[in-house]
Amino acid sequence: MSGFAIQLDNVEFSWPSGTRVLEVRQFSVEPRERVFLHGPSGSGKSTLLGIVGGILKPQVGQVRVLDASLTSLTAAQRDRFRGEQIGFIFQMFNLIPYLTVTENVLLPLGFSNGRAQRLESADASAEAARLLQALGLSDPGIAKRRVTDLSVGQQQRVAAARALIGRPPIVIADEPTSSLDADMRTDFLRLLMNECATHGTTLLFVSHDMALAGMFDRTVRIRDINPALPHPPEHS
Amino acid sequence: MAPTLKLALRSLLNRRTTAVLTVSAIAISVALLLGVQLLRTAARESFANTVSGVDLIVGARSGPLNLLLYSVFRVGDATSNVSWASYQKIAHHPDVAWTIPISLGDSHRGFRVMGTDAAYFEHYRFAGSRALGFSAGGPFVDLYDAVLGADVAKTLGYRVGDSIIIAHGIGNVSFAQHKDKPFRVAGILAFTGTPVDRTVHVGLQAITAIHIDWQTGMQAPEHFRVSAEQARSRDLTPDTITAFLVGMRSRVMTFTMQRAINEYRQEPLLAVLPGVALSQLWELVGVADSALAVVAAFVVLAGLLGMLTAILTSLNERRREMAILRSVGARPGHIFLLMVLEAGILAAAGVLAGTALTYLILFASQPFLERQFGIFVQIRALGSWELVILAAIIAAALLMGLLPAFRAYRNTLNDGLQMRV
Repeated sequence: MSGFAIQLDNVEFSWPSGTRVLEVRQFSVEPRERVFLHGPSGSGKSTLLGIVGGILKPQVGQVRVLDASLTSLTAAQRDRFRGEQIGFIFQMFNLIPYLTVTENVLLPLGFSNGRAQRLESADASAEAARLLQALGLSDPGIAKRRVTDLSVGQQQRVAAARALIGRPPIVIADEPTSSLDADMRTDFLRLLMNECATHGTTLLFVSHDMALAGMFDRTVRIRDINPALPHPPEHS
Repeated sequence: MAPTLKLALRSLLNRRTTAVLTVSAIAISVALLLGVQLLRTAARESFANTVSGVDLIVGARSGPLNLLLYSVFRVGDATSNVSWASYQKIAHHPDVAWTIPISLGDSHRGFRVMGTDAAYFEHYRFAGSRALGFSAGGPFVDLYDAVLGADVAKTLGYRVGDSIIIAHGIGNVSFAQHKDKPFRVAGILAFTGTPVDRTVHVGLQAITAIHIDWQTGMQAPEHFRVSAEQARSRDLTPDTITAFLVGMRSRVMTFTMQRAINEYRQEPLLAVLPGVALSQLWELVGVADSALAVVAAFVVLAGLLGMLTAILTSLNERRREMAILRSVGARPGHIFLLMVLEAGILAAAGVLAGTALTYLILFASQPFLERQFGIFVQIRALGSWELVILAAIIAAALLMGLLPAFRAYRNTLNDGLQMRV
């Protein structure tokens, strides 16, 4: 056991085209730590999150998440691991448009037994309702709404509830507040942090907006851990 | 599997316009295929049911198909006749149980007139062992009595007791008519679904009587004519008949008799087994119906390709959806399954709807088909062959679903968790 929630050692990642986009000597996150990862777009953020999430496999180096060595797992094992241990929140368009709010929140449970088993109450939709309420969506009618009828701010709260359901030990958020206005941003972040703190969830939060950094335990500049690339060509 | 199945259903429901159109296309193609399948079986049965219980059909030597066509289907003409003497000789052979003489050549308003005798109503069978029945009246009693097939009576609106004039020859519009010897409708046969329905039956002697003063297709001049009443007193035994049907005392003797007739020295005759001739004829007709089945199969293929197009087109706009699913723990296998299931659901819905549509159409059109074409389509459950076809369609769809599945799978691997908008 390394004792870290996330630990990267001498990781190098290149796209199949050969362009190297990421080179991380050392990066680690403690359990329960809430880390703000700062970097402009195109700095290799998404690649880093893809590696931590087990979607991308670095060509060189070691990646440990919780007690698993992602670099020695197969793709299918990494997928299973991600489903069980990590909740994701993206910048926007987080939700499946044809499912209701509750169905969206419950989505991870269908793919991961571990998360389904970690539910406190036997009733999954009650837990979904609790999370939605904790994240500021207290209107009971909202559960049955179509997600396309929600405002962007509401959609991000639903996405956060989905990331948190079934208590994954790690939540990774990729610019979840960029599409929100300033008031909503802090409001959203405060509720997310509360929920993470209550359950001891490790939070890796990526943003280009330094104004939010103060709310976190620690701030890491991606430039500092990824020295390789001045302007790496990223896909997005 | 269960959450993936639910997702596939919900996703299709979200794209319901495309989904409904795709299902409709498959349903229509399946209905066409099943319809052709059921109709060709019905047509074949109805064809084979035209005549039964007859062991041999005998006529002047020509081809077996030609003989079958004019003697049973009332199509085409005999090239030559059978002499009465030969007919009598065969009819009185100890192995022969009964014979039905057939004398053709005249018509009534487009329907063929057939001269025969009482044996016809007694021995003729169709559809297995059904005998001819009367819906009104009875067989001919008087010389100038006629018995109408069901279609004749219905189309021309005749009732028992009506008077009809027979035309000379078989043209639809004939100017030479046997006006001087009108017939009375003595009976109307019940519907059979065979060419009997479109036949006007008269006695064999009546055929002789109406032609008694005719020579080479022309009636004799006025003062040589024989009136209807005068004809009654003449010898009305025909010189020739067109063909006759033979029932043997024992089936075993059929081949011996067939050979004897075919080798008959006094006159070139031909005896055919109805079953053999019918299946020969069906082979001919069946080419068209096999072609129809092939066309239907291609229509189904087109329906499935339409489905494939719809799914492939949806893939690009669903890359985000796939990335979301992967972020919540869906493995590429789930994505793969999702696409294959989608194809399977569309095809299964199409097959179900198509089957329902087929039966709906069959129920609606059954009376019409029977009335108009004499084809009785028996509405039955799907046979094992049809079930195999339907299962093959779904299997083909699942197989086709592999293509978008591979694509989506590859997309998810390339895209990772990046949100492509």
